[in-house]
Amino acid sequence: MSKKTNAENEPVQDANKVAFDLALSESNQEHYVLKLYIAGMTPNSQRAIENVQKICEEHMQGRFELEIIDIYQQPNFAKEGNIVAVPTLVKALPQPLRKFIGDLSQTEKILAGLDLRKKV
Amino acid sequence: MAKSDKKSKPILDELLKTPTGIKGLDEITGGGLPQGRPTLVCGGAGCGKTLLAMEFLVHGATQYGEPGVFISFEEKSEDLSKNFASLGFDLNELESQNKLSIDYVHLEPREIAETGEYDLEGLFIRIGYAIDTIGAKRVALDTIEALFSGLPNESILRSELRRLFRFLKDKGVTAIITGEQGERTFTRFGLEEYVADCVIFLNHVVSQQIATRRLRIVKYRGSAHGTNEYPFLIDRQGFSVMPISSIGLDHPASTERIATGIPRLDAMMGGKGYYRGSSILVTGTAGTGKSSMAAHFVDAACKRGERCLYFAFEESQNQIIRNMHSIGIDLGQWVDQGLLQFQNARPSLYGLEMHLVVMHKAIDALKPGIVVVDPISNLMAAATEAEVKSMLSRLIDYLKMEQITAFCTDLTSTSGSLERTEVGISSLMDTWLLLQAMEGSGERNRGLYLLKSRGMAHSNQVREFILSDEGAQLKDVYVGSGGVLTGSARLGQEAKDKAESLEVKLEIERRQREIERKKAAIEAQISALHTQFENERDELERLIAKEKQRCETLDSENLTLAKARQADELSTQQGSTGKTRKGDRK
Repeated sequence: MSKKTNAENEPVQDANKVAFDLALSESNQEHYVLKLYIAGMTPNSQRAIENVQKICEEHMQGRFELEIIDIYQQPNFAKEGNIVAVPTLVKALPQPLRKFIGDLSQTEKILAGLDLRKKV
Repeated sequence: MAKSDKKSKPILDELLKTPTGIKGLDEITGGGLPQGRPTLVCGGAGCGKTLLAMEFLVHGATQYGEPGVFISFEEKSEDLSKNFASLGFDLNELESQNKLSIDYVHLEPREIAETGEYDLEGLFIRIGYAIDTIGAKRVALDTIEALFSGLPNESILRSELRRLFRFLKDKGVTAIITGEQGERTFTRFGLEEYVADCVIFLNHVVSQQIATRRLRIVKYRGSAHGTNEYPFLIDRQGFSVMPISSIGLDHPASTERIATGIPRLDAMMGGKGYYRGSSILVTGTAGTGKSSMAAHFVDAACKRGERCLYFAFEESQNQIIRNMHSIGIDLGQWVDQGLLQFQNARPSLYGLEMHLVVMHKAIDALKPGIVVVDPISNLMAAATEAEVKSMLSRLIDYLKMEQITAFCTDLTSTSGSLERTEVGISSLMDTWLLLQAMEGSGERNRGLYLLKSRGMAHSNQVREFILSDEGAQLKDVYVGSGGVLTGSARLGQEAKDKAESLEVKLEIERRQREIERKKAAIEAQISALHTQFENERDELERLIAKEKQRCETLDSENLTLAKARQADELSTQQGSTGKTRKGDRK
């Protein structure tokens, strides 16, 4: 995933790339707003909650908000959040918006997507 | 057998159908889409899948009291509202009335990362929530295949789709799922595997630069359906399918006759004109007066108060009205009164099927008594002969079903045989009039033949067809030793005939006068002879009297003489006198 993102960014002009790298390094200090959408307490949901909590504790201690939404109980949120698959973790802030679908077991992928891992 | 069938019918759990409200589609599906089941609508880009799906919902909401949910995977709800506003569907209004719910499900592959096991429960909940909120009975998913590009794991998707269709069935909603046409399959991702109850295929074919849309029911489990490709139309009123080919040969036959607008032509057909609901074909080369005959027919119908629909493929409405003024027919007044409607279109404007569909729509809207197609031969520009023939036969079948009299003109080329239509449809026609240019003595005249007229006595005579300021007239042609004469040759011949007959008349009069003269002469002779006879008789009588006088005088003299002679023969003398008297009496 990280490779792909890199490849996409390559055509960007040099000046932008410098700015991008700067932003990338700064992002480590940014505040995170995360929403986890689950549908009932399925095994997938439980795993996803465990995983997201672990990642938050380990990588963004003190600078994250995590909201867990059960769309069984609040189905209108599914439309608002444009949710198709569950579990879905939505990174609302910082921009850009990212969605991680699945039980969040692939930690590396998530960390890269959350810009918590510097690309090599 | 029949009885048990009847009895068992209500018991049988027959497939219920949900009417789509789309003109024609309900006819070919025998009532609509399978109720409570998903239907797959597939086809290439721009062939009307979304429209079909949306119309299904809108008609459901407005006509059948069934709210609907539209799950859009491609277009935003605002875009949909805008797009459908042009068709007169106010989606926002329906949404505010809770009759319609539009949900834009958007998957942006760029912002999605797959991080483990997942399912599509989110989508299920959204659909389920939307259905429950407004109590929807109908659902459209357009185009669910977008999920394949948005979500990377195809195996999860496929199992989830299977679950989705089961979910929709459990919900008891009638659903339309649209899918993009694949190369070898109906849909790119093989959705037909999951939605197997009813599959409708939409097609958009461009042939000779003319596009035609067609619809086909590929499969409809548990129901009979029309299997042909049916042309359909997307216009300002939305989607309409024409189940035209399904019409059979069981149309009614009217015995009512309607005037042709040309009194002499009526006379040629037993004095009554065409049959109502029959098909009339007028063929002829260029400029033989085909359109004028059509105008006469239309004019006569409008005078009776019937509505007429005039499909003109060559001339504009104004041009036709102007041209018909020149033969004393004012079609403009009928247009103003709403009795006459023109539909002018170049044949190449759109495909043949489209023409047929447009014609159907116009006929349905106006419900005319008479339809004029002028000329059918022009349709050849839009398609092949076989296609035109099939289209026209369907049109005529349809018109006959509706008891509408069809009046078609056909331009025949001068090179071919006249008794042959360009599109070979003469066998479809009940009455066939042939207008022919007759050349001779330096001019062209029009001759009219009644080639055939089914079911009525009709004249076998050629008539001369004359267009004058007072309209078309039919005149007897001159048939004599010099062959068939028309135009000024006919007039000349007629004048000659007139002179000849005048001469004969004079001769007769002369003879009669001679008789009179002879009679008079003879009578004069008779009277002269009579006079002569009178004279002679007088003379003779005078002589007789004289003689008698003389005789008497002689007798008396004799008597006197005898007396004087003292004769004793008195008695005998007297006796003899008595005898003479007796003889006189005799």
